[in-house]
Amino acid sequence: MNAFLAQLLNGLDKGGAYALIALGLTLVFGTLGVVNFAHGALFMLGCFCAVAFRYLLTIETVTVDPTQLSPWGQPVEVRTPLVQNWFGDFGAVLVDYSVPISVLLTVPVMLAIGIAMERGLIKHFYKRTHAEQILVTFGLAIVLQEIVKSFFGPNPVPQPIPTDLRGAADIGLLLGMEAHQLTYPWWRLIYLFFSLAVIGGVFAFLQFTTFGMVVRAGMADRETVGLLGIDIGRRFTIVFGLAAVVAGVAGAMYTPLLAPNYLIGMDFLVLSFVVVVVGGMGSLTGAVAAGFLLGILQSFASMTEVKSLFPGIDQVIIYLVAVVILLVRPRGLLGRRGVMEG
Amino acid sequence: MLSLSRKDVIKLAVLAAIVLTMPIWLAPFGAAYPGLMQKFVIYAIFAVGFNILFGLTGYLSFGHAAFLGVGSYTAVWSFKLLTMDIIPAMIFAIIFSGLFALVIGYFCLRRSGIYFSILTLAFAQMSYSLAYSVLTPITNGETGLLVARSDPRVIDGLLGADGMANGLPTPSLLGVSLSGYAGFYICAAFLIAAFFVSQKVFASPFGMALRGIKSNPTRMIYTGFNTKPYMLTAFVISGMFAGLAGGLLAVTDPIAGAERMKWTESGNVVLMTILGGVGTLFGPVVGAWLIKYFENIFSAINVNVLNDFFAVLPDGLQAVMVTILSKFTGEGWHLTLGLVFVLIVVFLPGGLVEGAERLIRRLRRSGRTAVKKKVVQQ
Amino acid sequence: MTKLILGRRRLLKTMGAGVAASLASPLVFTSRSYGQEFCNNPANGRVVFGFNVPQTGSYAEEGLDQLKAYELAVKHINGEGDGGMLNTLKPLSLKGNGVLGKKVEFVTGDTQTNTDAARDGARRMIERDGAIMVTGSVTSGEAIAVQSLCQEKGVIYMAGLTHSNDTTGKDKRRYGFRHFFNAHQSGVAIAPLLAQEYGTDRRAYHLTADYTWGWTQEESIKAATEALGWETVAAVRTPLGLGDYSQYLTPVMNSGADVLILNHYGHDMVNSLPQAVQFGLRDRQANGKNFEIVVPMFSELMAVGAGEAVKGIIGTSNWHWALEDEGTKAFTKSYGEAYGSPPSQSAHTGYVQALLYADACERAGTFYPPEVIKALEGFEFDGAGNGPTLYRDADHQCFKEVLVVRGNENPTSKFDVLNVVGRTARADVTYDPTIFEGELGPYEPNQC
Repeated sequence: MNAFLAQLLNGLDKGGAYALIALGLTLVFGTLGVVNFAHGALFMLGCFCAVAFRYLLTIETVTVDPTQLSPWGQPVEVRTPLVQNWFGDFGAVLVDYSVPISVLLTVPVMLAIGIAMERGLIKHFYKRTHAEQILVTFGLAIVLQEIVKSFFGPNPVPQPIPTDLRGAADIGLLLGMEAHQLTYPWWRLIYLFFSLAVIGGVFAFLQFTTFGMVVRAGMADRETVGLLGIDIGRRFTIVFGLAAVVAGVAGAMYTPLLAPNYLIGMDFLVLSFVVVVVGGMGSLTGAVAAGFLLGILQSFASMTEVKSLFPGIDQVIIYLVAVVILLVRPRGLLGRRGVMEG
Repeated sequence: MLSLSRKDVIKLAVLAAIVLTMPIWLAPFGAAYPGLMQKFVIYAIFAVGFNILFGLTGYLSFGHAAFLGVGSYTAVWSFKLLTMDIIPAMIFAIIFSGLFALVIGYFCLRRSGIYFSILTLAFAQMSYSLAYSVLTPITNGETGLLVARSDPRVIDGLLGADGMANGLPTPSLLGVSLSGYAGFYICAAFLIAAFFVSQKVFASPFGMALRGIKSNPTRMIYTGFNTKPYMLTAFVISGMFAGLAGGLLAVTDPIAGAERMKWTESGNVVLMTILGGVGTLFGPVVGAWLIKYFENIFSAINVNVLNDFFAVLPDGLQAVMVTILSKFTGEGWHLTLGLVFVLIVVFLPGGLVEGAERLIRRLRRSGRTAVKKKVVQQ
Repeated sequence: MTKLILGRRRLLKTMGAGVAASLASPLVFTSRSYGQEFCNNPANGRVVFGFNVPQTGSYAEEGLDQLKAYELAVKHINGEGDGGMLNTLKPLSLKGNGVLGKKVEFVTGDTQTNTDAARDGARRMIERDGAIMVTGSVTSGEAIAVQSLCQEKGVIYMAGLTHSNDTTGKDKRRYGFRHFFNAHQSGVAIAPLLAQEYGTDRRAYHLTADYTWGWTQEESIKAATEALGWETVAAVRTPLGLGDYSQYLTPVMNSGADVLILNHYGHDMVNSLPQAVQFGLRDRQANGKNFEIVVPMFSELMAVGAGEAVKGIIGTSNWHWALEDEGTKAFTKSYGEAYGSPPSQSAHTGYVQALLYADACERAGTFYPPEVIKALEGFEFDGAGNGPTLYRDADHQCFKEVLVVRGNENPTSKFDVLNVVGRTARADVTYDPTIFEGELGPYEPNQC
């Protein structure tokens, strides 16, 4: 029972991450109709927003002490952290909480990047073929990766969890079990609630604002909205920016769980496409549902009991589920007719 | 049956001339060595085959690397079990990849558009993951399937030919060893044949039907046309081309690794085709060459090479040039590749070949209007 | 941009000109007519080493570090710089004037940690650039693939970082040599310290990367720990490159195990270890003991990637820059002066391999591969940072001390992440070569 509950938690946690990562893609892909192979790169940029923020906070003055030599023959460097010097204890807290605070930085940065990308490049490709969209966004993704690599190097950069949020919550105790029967790391729980909040925010934004209404109308029938004299192009720019922000914050908050390197986006690219398509093209709800479904099934598939029945099932579970769903339901879980079917 | 239109005969002749003279014209680019030229022609076959599916039907498969992998594994197993002669290896590679494509295509083609793409991706990724882990007894997993001296090689044993001069056995064709240039010319012959087949497909009624399905599937169905068998045939042909390419990879270099089936490989052939020009005959070939060139030659240009090259410049300028260029070569070759993708798609819509054709047409037109203007002025 | 393209074209032209000259004309049907008795004979040309490492992809950091060490090795062989280990290696025939009187040049390639790309790179070095020796790797997949290619081509391959038993076991080759240690030695080496630190009454849970290297390591560690009296509760396979390991970590908690052994390498380990710590495994008590995590195979760069989670974790290492012997000091100093940081074990093994090959040529008095191979086989040397070392002739595996390391609790710099806590003597990690199958193959070279 514990094992089952623990895997359910794992599944929800994974599902939250998958849904959040897929949400940004489905905004761009399912609604604007752009096959955005740079979506993974946006996630990666978000991760490195958090890394860069931490670097800024831990910036140090380096004075070289030529009288002393390190074992590898270089003069010893004396480092003094600046932020702690300026702000004292508050500075230390700031450094400790750098990951959650970096989300505040990630939002404007990613919005700017998203808007710049859309205005500068993507908007010229709405009417081009999907093939050309793939090529240009993939090329862009490679360029972004290489830029990040030249600043941060190819090795993964570990990001610490704030000291107070380390350790695991004793969930079993809440459910009336004995202590230590079912524990779960605080940060993973935070990530789950964070993803639910962001997903809820995006839905509310599209559902309850006039802007959202126009965007939804534009998704359904771009031409008619245009005929009504509404500048749908400008709104699509904002949608692209929003997608970049969602991908970015998903990345920034994920860094303590997965030390990011410049290739992290490529690892999530394929996954996010699978989630979006299994959810069904043009459906935000579908993408979220698919994210949770895949996350939960992936967790259960890795249980020893399941693996002993189907060896290697955990290697392929995501793709297997995708195949089954797409063969049973022609347009994924909740896909709209005619979107990306031609 | 073997006839081609005049235009196609010229194209085929041009391709044959270009491919067969590769050792000469690639030399100034530092690419005229058998290893890379083999890769050039093999990946061209892969891309040409991919283009039969994508270019004619518009169905974007994101899992073609699976067929490449199956071709390679089949060929190496044929080397291990039967003989080092490539004839059975190639035949089995094509048959097995064709069968694999038949099964996968049967399921995937029930959907269209992005749903089709993700289905193919899913099948290929499952093949990759399983080949890397659970199927290791068949695929030898991480290390890749290699030929060994102790393999049974039943047919070679019966004929008394052991195929190994020294050390490991090498693939051969009727007793002629296929290392180095011989391997290249064999692959080149296969490419010319593959190109010919692709021309025939493009020009045939079958190809016309596929184009019809691409431009308006509903109308084709309404006219009483059963599109399914046509699509499936195109998919299988395309998969067989990939299997042929995979088999040739094993012929020129007898190893088959699971990484050949990974989505990045599938993505590579998609990029090659788009880069060169989807639906054009030459496009995929050119695209394949360009990407393989960057991967092999640009990645090998290190600071030393740059320094030697700029040695004629004054020291300061040399250092500046080397510092700038070293960001784009060696470990930075990906950056150049990414920039090339963006620039080509921005400035040459439709890919290299189509873009170039358009450019030539425009130049001609402006030339013609200039002439017209002159005439008017007179 | 136009300028750049022009520059590139000219660059390629000049590059190609030399190459074209060294290549057989296209009319020649096979490459056998190079007119020399072995592949890329430098008798009438240049001595070229091929450095084939990942420069892009997940293992780029380790690859680039190795590449820097190779470049340093070439400098030292050619008599530039402070000479590094040339001052400490014993016996030594190199004179600091290149190899057999010829200056060494090198070419580089990017393996992308992919077997196909690695072989492509090696083929370019052999067929185009005239490399007499190829070296470098960061994973066993690459190493084994390039090793078998080099056997076919008749060019010696000095493996870089490769830890799988197969490299000098099932897939060993006459033309391949490995200085790095292997999974079997890791298991033997780590066992005494595990017994000392954690006792002989433990219950272990293995998480193993589901591919060849992971399996060989799991097998080796299992054998070594069970010999101590430990019990193996479970051994669970995890997909390669998974990222999030939560679904494999939660079952560990109530499994009755009190040690988690992570048979993960590279990014698998960089992710799985911190996640295991986040799940609070190290704060737990099980069977009345503190729960412990062991990572049998460590590298500094992986430890850096894993961050704070690595503190106190025990594993094994081939070498560490803080060792006190002369060879290590000399190498660490010249590497540090050149690049501003201490070298990793990936750099060290590459450096030593390049030197050992050059020295073997010098000793053999020829570049003819069979003679060089014989000079390396059974070669006993000291002063390369690992104490007295033997290149065993039966499987081309180096035998030397293996280090047991532990994540540093209070690092003084970002290079100071691991502490050496134990050494297992060479005699203890020496094993019978017949425990692994495979055969080396003949000496006679295939002619490219």
